[in-house]
Amino acid sequence: MRTRKSHLLLVYLTLNLIAFCGMFVQAAHQRSASQAVLQRNRTLVRQLGLTDLCLFTDARYTRHPAMADLHTPFQDYPMSFEHFPSGSLMPPPPHLRSHGAH
Amino acid sequence: MARIERQKRIIDFTLSSLLRRKGKNLALIAAYSWIVFLLASVLFITEAIRREAGLVLQDAPEIIVQRLVAGRQESIPVAYGEKIKTITGVRSVKGRLWGYYYDPTNGANYTLVVEEDRLKEAGRVIIGEGVARNVVGESYGTMPFVGYDGAYYFFEVAETLPADSSLVAADLIIVSATDFRALFGIAESLVTDIVVEVRNPREFETIAAKIKAMLPDTRPVLRDEILRTYDTLFDWRGGLIVIILLGSLMAFIIFAWDKATGLSAEEKREIGILKALGWETADVLMIKFWEGATVSLLAFFNGVLLAYAHVFLTESSLFEPVLKGWSVLYPRFALTPYINAYQLWALFFLTVVPYTVATIIPSWRAAIIDPDSVMRT
Repeated sequence: MRTRKSHLLLVYLTLNLIAFCGMFVQAAHQRSASQAVLQRNRTLVRQLGLTDLCLFTDARYTRHPAMADLHTPFQDYPMSFEHFPSGSLMPPPPHLRSHGAH
Repeated sequence: MARIERQKRIIDFTLSSLLRRKGKNLALIAAYSWIVFLLASVLFITEAIRREAGLVLQDAPEIIVQRLVAGRQESIPVAYGEKIKTITGVRSVKGRLWGYYYDPTNGANYTLVVEEDRLKEAGRVIIGEGVARNVVGESYGTMPFVGYDGAYYFFEVAETLPADSSLVAADLIIVSATDFRALFGIAESLVTDIVVEVRNPREFETIAAKIKAMLPDTRPVLRDEILRTYDTLFDWRGGLIVIILLGSLMAFIIFAWDKATGLSAEEKREIGILKALGWETADVLMIKFWEGATVSLLAFFNGVLLAYAHVFLTESSLFEPVLKGWSVLYPRFALTPYINAYQLWALFFLTVVPYTVATIIPSWRAAIIDPDSVMRT
């Protein structure tokens, strides 16, 4: 018997749905597996008094955005353009944007 | 049963019709999948980093007091800490010593941190996994540094932090307070900033205001503000993210526009023939619904599954050049997957639903015209 196209589509979509469910299962499994790492990183943050994630190391204000002041992107001279690529990914923190420094 | 069989026949017909324009439809699915892939990848990576930051930085310092001179952060006198200690509600005050070191040998920036409980002995360092990956000297067991006065220092690598701490410590070098002060020429009376612990968490704001009033040249940064910094990380309104989103949105609008502004002559003739053969308008619309749904569902599933594999299984390898930027040291983006049904529903409604609707409208217009005139045009 010839396989109908509708059946092939339904099988394909069902496989995709299973893969979708698999995605959630894998995510949950990885989350529980990474609990120990998370805890270790929390301890490291507490011990060293860290304030930021190490996402970008090219510029001071993107390495430690929470600690940055509004001058840091213009560190060379007042009219210099912010030129680090990571600066275009990371906006200034809200506490600098809303009311400047405390 | 008859209804299901009818739908199956319509799907059979729809798929045959799609396969007749195989090249065009495959290109459409590929481009559509790419858009979903980009959007889903950005969604997954930002959510994962946000959630991880929220969890890991829960134990960040409660209040950090910086000293600002001419708008820039400067070292703060230890005596400021003594004054802060007199404020009611302050539990403890501790000076932090940390800074940056640019390594001219490989162009990397390190973050140097002092943690006296962990490293009391001078002449030794503990390095992060990113530093270990990039520093040649590490294999020899020592790291060279040039001090503020041009003097050379060679520190023994005592330990390397575990690879899975990369997201918080890839570029860290833990040094002793003595070495830190010698390297940067910082006097004993100064520290980089001051960490303040407060008895009652509800008093963070009040204590911060008191510090600011007592020491006007300081800036207290609260833990909440640190956490909020990562909440707005990769803000969709700013920078490159908006470019990616706009590009994807424009491409998607072009697809939808192409569909909504009309059908090709061939598609119109097909509808005319079907109507002439006795098909109802509802049947024609059903075909077009399945056509739109098939294309968009395939693109949605392909895009989301590939995005998941990309972000969580290949450590966002396609975005690597963007994420690295000019960084010499960078963490491994081995992120913990935080995905939820809400994110995926939002993505589904933003991509699948508009496209499916956009395919039905022009078909409805063609299907209500007299078949004879449709075939003649």
